[in-house]
Amino acid sequence: MARLTEENVRLAREIISRYPKPRSATIPLLHLAQEQDGFVTNEAMEHIGELVGATSAEVYGTASFYEMFKFEPVGKYLINICGTMSCALMGAEELMHHAEARLGIHMGGTTPDGLITLERAECQAACTEAPCLQVNYRYRFRVTAENFDTLVDQLQSGALEGEIPAHGTVAAVRQHIPADKAVGAIAPEDVTEGPAWLDGKAAL
Amino acid sequence: MTTIDNSAEVENTPPVDPNAVTITINGRAVAARKGELIIAAADRANEYIPRFCYHPRMSPVGMCRQCLVEIEGPRGPMMVVSCMTPVADGQVVRTDTPQVKRAHEGILELLLANHPLDCPVCDKGGECPLQDQAFSHGAGESRFVEEKRHYEKPIAISDLVFLDRERCILCDRCTRFADEVAGDPLISFTQRGNNTQVMTFPNEPFASYFSGNTVQICPVGALTAQPYRFKARPWDLEQRESTCTTCSVGCRTVVQSSRDEILRYQGVDSDPVNWGWLCDRGRFNFQSVNSEDRLVSPQVKSGDSFTSASWSDALETVARTMRLATPGSIAILGGARGTNEDAFMWATLADALGVTMRDAQMDDGLPTSIFSYTQATIDSACAGGTVILLAPDLKEELPVLHLRLRDAADKKRIRIIEVSSHESGLTKQAWRSVRAESGTIATALGALLADSEVAAQLASGPVTIVAGRANLAESSAHTMAAVDVAVGVASHAAVLPVLRRGNVRGALSVGLAPQNGKDAAAILEASANGHVECLILLGADPMSDVADADLARRGIAGAKFVVAIDTFLTQSAAHADVVLPAAAYGEKDGTTMNLEGRVTNVVQKITPRGTSRADWMIAAELADLVGHDTGVTTLADVQKLLSSRVPGFGVTTTAVAIKRDGVVVSAGTPVRTPLSATPAPTRNSYEFRLDLSRKLYDRAVGTITSPAIAELSVGASVCIHPLDLERVGAAVGATVRVSNNHSSIVLPVAASAAVPRGTAVVPFNQPGADIRELIRHGESVVDVRIESM
Amino acid sequence: MTSNPGGTWPHAPGYYTGDRPKIVTSRFEYEDSYTLQRYEATDGYKGLRAALSKPAADVHEEVKNATVLGRGGAGFPAGNKWGLTPQGVWPRYLVVNGDESEPGTYKDRLLMERDPHQLIEGCLIACYAAGLSRCFLYIRGEMALAQERVAAALNEAYAAGYVGKNILGSKFSVDIVLHWGAGAYVVGEETALIESLEGNRGMPRLKPPYFPAAIGLYGQPTIVNNVETLANLPWLARNGAAAYTAIGTATSPGTRMVAVSGHVKRPGVYEIINGLTTFRDLLYGEEFCQGIRNDNELKAFVPGGGSAPWFTEDQLDVAFEGPQAGAAGSMLGSGAVMVMDSTTDIPRAALTLTRFYAHESCGKCTPCREGGTWLERILSRVVDGKGTDADLDQLLEVGQSICPGEFPHASNAKLGISAVPFPYRMNTICFVGPSAYAPVHSALTLFRSEFEARVTKRNLIPVTAVSQ
Repeated sequence: MARLTEENVRLAREIISRYPKPRSATIPLLHLAQEQDGFVTNEAMEHIGELVGATSAEVYGTASFYEMFKFEPVGKYLINICGTMSCALMGAEELMHHAEARLGIHMGGTTPDGLITLERAECQAACTEAPCLQVNYRYRFRVTAENFDTLVDQLQSGALEGEIPAHGTVAAVRQHIPADKAVGAIAPEDVTEGPAWLDGKAAL
Repeated sequence: MTTIDNSAEVENTPPVDPNAVTITINGRAVAARKGELIIAAADRANEYIPRFCYHPRMSPVGMCRQCLVEIEGPRGPMMVVSCMTPVADGQVVRTDTPQVKRAHEGILELLLANHPLDCPVCDKGGECPLQDQAFSHGAGESRFVEEKRHYEKPIAISDLVFLDRERCILCDRCTRFADEVAGDPLISFTQRGNNTQVMTFPNEPFASYFSGNTVQICPVGALTAQPYRFKARPWDLEQRESTCTTCSVGCRTVVQSSRDEILRYQGVDSDPVNWGWLCDRGRFNFQSVNSEDRLVSPQVKSGDSFTSASWSDALETVARTMRLATPGSIAILGGARGTNEDAFMWATLADALGVTMRDAQMDDGLPTSIFSYTQATIDSACAGGTVILLAPDLKEELPVLHLRLRDAADKKRIRIIEVSSHESGLTKQAWRSVRAESGTIATALGALLADSEVAAQLASGPVTIVAGRANLAESSAHTMAAVDVAVGVASHAAVLPVLRRGNVRGALSVGLAPQNGKDAAAILEASANGHVECLILLGADPMSDVADADLARRGIAGAKFVVAIDTFLTQSAAHADVVLPAAAYGEKDGTTMNLEGRVTNVVQKITPRGTSRADWMIAAELADLVGHDTGVTTLADVQKLLSSRVPGFGVTTTAVAIKRDGVVVSAGTPVRTPLSATPAPTRNSYEFRLDLSRKLYDRAVGTITSPAIAELSVGASVCIHPLDLERVGAAVGATVRVSNNHSSIVLPVAASAAVPRGTAVVPFNQPGADIRELIRHGESVVDVRIESM
Repeated sequence: MTSNPGGTWPHAPGYYTGDRPKIVTSRFEYEDSYTLQRYEATDGYKGLRAALSKPAADVHEEVKNATVLGRGGAGFPAGNKWGLTPQGVWPRYLVVNGDESEPGTYKDRLLMERDPHQLIEGCLIACYAAGLSRCFLYIRGEMALAQERVAAALNEAYAAGYVGKNILGSKFSVDIVLHWGAGAYVVGEETALIESLEGNRGMPRLKPPYFPAAIGLYGQPTIVNNVETLANLPWLARNGAAAYTAIGTATSPGTRMVAVSGHVKRPGVYEIINGLTTFRDLLYGEEFCQGIRNDNELKAFVPGGGSAPWFTEDQLDVAFEGPQAGAAGSMLGSGAVMVMDSTTDIPRAALTLTRFYAHESCGKCTPCREGGTWLERILSRVVDGKGTDADLDQLLEVGQSICPGEFPHASNAKLGISAVPFPYRMNTICFVGPSAYAPVHSALTLFRSEFEARVTKRNLIPVTAVSQ
């Protein structure tokens, strides 16, 4: 499959430049790769290794530690139903059973049309809104069987195209540090002095 | 004011070591040093603390939690991991309380929870730290009744290493070794939590020159080595400690055998040398000793073929030739493969016969005057200061020396300055690394050392010049000139000669050094011109090893009578008139000398194959037959003679120390003959300067006769810079014609940015077309044309 | 929030009643609380100006005097934490811990989504005061909206000159780099966070020696602060330490955010006065949760995030303050209360939490990696009615290999047991392993009869669990 595109390599270099050590950009770059292809390909991991100065094995070692990175294609929409404490107390198990029945797949499975992958997730930090789920990391709160069905209908009809980007894109807004405003990243070994503002005087 | 003079008292008080601390372990006072870990102090005090992840040669990670001990804290006893807790003065450590015992049992039960109980069929069974410590520190039974983890088993993660993830206890030893020690992080933890597993990247094997070490340090049977799998059980193995002579680093090993067959080498931790590590070539080439192709009886040429002969007939044939030879027409090449005793007895025989033509090198090293500089050791080089690399890629030629220098640079003890014609395994670790075309190394070094920052660095501490033959297609005079440049700037510098062959320094030291400057090339030239009546190849194979293939061919052909003493019928031995089977490594006792001049012992573990004999015995027999009986009948006799004849050897060969870390011998100072490096001609811009350098795996006889590593050589190719490749107009992998006015060959082409523009790197002695046809001894450098086909 | 099929949005303007002081949630009542325009209109970046008009050391002193307790879980005062960096070692970094994932907790997400500029301003004040020359703002990977809001706010702040080179024309310069994770609970632990930020697997480092203040990011002195902790700083810089300590108690000044979820009538994330509010106030108070759903009886509650030992009604009058909760046998952690009413299946609830921690183990320490999963498997056997008596004891035995000695728990009058105070001893590097055991231990200690009712006593041959 794919290494990073030219445009993404440009973005990758911009991201790398923010860190005193390139290796730090590994996870952001893996997200970039997942955004590009919907999952993280082996070729992308090799490419990321070249960009940050790591072996492919190291990149894979890092990537496979984290839940969000997928190494095989998943549906356009990844539905994560939370099953941790507060959601469990508020009926997450029942919701999961309903979801499996509605979509005709088990947890971890993908609908035959490749549209939806269903996963059981751990705490998504929306505990007062239990049970909750995320569609490509966009929340749906206090989900009942009925509004789960509505959600699936909307996903199938394409009604949420604009609101929810395809799997891979997490944040649709990126940070951009303007060149004229950036302080810039310096390797720690090249820093010899303390910050200028620690001179005992007020900065303003 | 009264001044009290207490200087006398001061003199009598031993200086107080500011780093000395005393701790108590299980009620016993133990002297320790600040910064030392509790587990290390306990080891010294023979208080064994169980452990899995801790390894004294790697940074601690505190992962397995097996080494928990109790220390007195401000709020009563507290449990800490002894592998990450440093000692402190007055610290009270207990390893024997019920709480510690419960913790040890608990952790062991957890480690065994998912560990398969397949010890009866596991290679590690019987020498397994998990098994041993489960007995010594475990509760005796597991209460884990769930189904264990299942993985496909075992999977080959390289050509040499198999991984069984079910047995793995995730101690991080192999992965830490690969990253931290070897610098080849090709295996990593993957997944997470209870699913964590060690893995390679898909389709990217753990192709490290040091992979065998992970098998040795694996505390369970998760990693196994292909050459040893299901070969033996530990209780069937006998072992003796020895020294590896595959290259000249002199790593300490144990040689293990069963039923008179060598089955395994394992690294031994020698502090001044190898720290327990071995390279895979040294570890796995024991297979060569067991090879079916070994010479088992003397062979005498009749017509075009050999017939087996008795030792007495074969030796008499050789002795007669020697007796009848015109004085000064006998030559001896080789000797670096054997022991000091072997080389010494051949030198003794040579002296008796008045042989002046002798050389233990194959025109592939440096002149012996390299020993005339102040000599460094591996330890002194790694201790601090600056290391100037004027050497081949150590990772390829002297792998464990590479590890030592890499570690020293990584830990910021030393700064490496490298001048080379292409990047090496240490380039990433180097403080300064410059590319200089072959023939211009000395000039480039001079320019680099003129830099004020570099000069300040050299002046700030000790300097070690690591000097060796980087390029076989470049005259060694260029290296020597560069050494002189370095010494000229840093007069306090010491030299660490990195001549590669196993016991080359020993052979040169005990009497097989060239005399009157007549080295191997000159001897072969003389032979080609009909001046050699008896050419003795003492474990030497000039037709494979001498860079000028034409010279080697002519030299062998020109000799009236050729005697080969070898373990295999090599390319050169095939042209011999008499071939005598030599005892191999592991089949004879003796001593060897490593590249720093360290003498250690090598041992006999198995019976010599067939009727093969140690080289020294053959020399002693021949000496007797030519009428110069040396009176030697045992190895001890040889060693006595050696001690008395060779300065520096003194009592060395019988010293107890040679059975472990060895004794560094300074065997006299050869006279430095000033060398004038012929200035390298300017390269035509359309030509490439040839860089002929070695890879770890090549067509060396010990490698190709060891099935496990025989196929690991990269194959002949020519590697140039990607932009040069464009200029040549060829694609990677395509064949190109490499030629000069001597010859022309066809090779596949590769591209790498590690090679500077204008240089063409060809690995030496690889399967495929032979680049040596383009090389002529005596030429300063070799330039070639590369054309796409 | 229009497309939220859940319908309600409990943090919409007007959800919170009462006239408690609001230090960090004051802007939550505005729909556009996350914009620079709203922020500047509501005292935004005035704290930064106030700080920059003083020498850095004075600002540090002010934070120290205010005793701003860390809101991530450990509760260590931020001002003191900043002072632990070794003298004269540069550079020093700020790493913002926005990897909120403790079950029950989600204050940081709200602070990032609803008031990102407040967090940015807090970061700037911390960097100024403690001489931190680069800031990495690590946001949990699954929080898309928080990442977008913070990214947009940072873009605004850079453009307006609040972040970057020569901030507000002063000699103070710092970059704030938005970094985001990819799904691993353990990365919320500060040393694991640093590993992750270095591009590695998020496996915790052993402290000592790896205290971030001494050996942190890239081996440099590093301050790791929680989002909520930093969000306190703008208010503090504007109003001073005296005003801050006037709220709450002497040992726990200020306010803190607490998420109450589970079986309550009105779940929510409330900013409460530190040290004074009791659990009874929180669960039953009119301004807060207004009681248990359907007026059921309270069975148990987790007082401080999924890792905390459980309380029952016996502890309702314990105030929300670290030392008090500790003495009562638990902890406040990250400020998350999860309430279980009388209908709750206790063994199943314990399994839910244990499974979480077993799943989130990084795999580094043996007791956590092997022990957590073992606990989960025994427990799920018990929940499925396939356990034995011996299994219940085995749960405690496995726990002993993770946390040796007495494990903290609450007192219970009905059972006639008294409290074992916090903390526990542990055989692991971080708290994930002990956290897998905490719910098992609490549930077995307080509700053993419910487990006993589930196990068969005749089953002498253990039932092997199905492989997963």
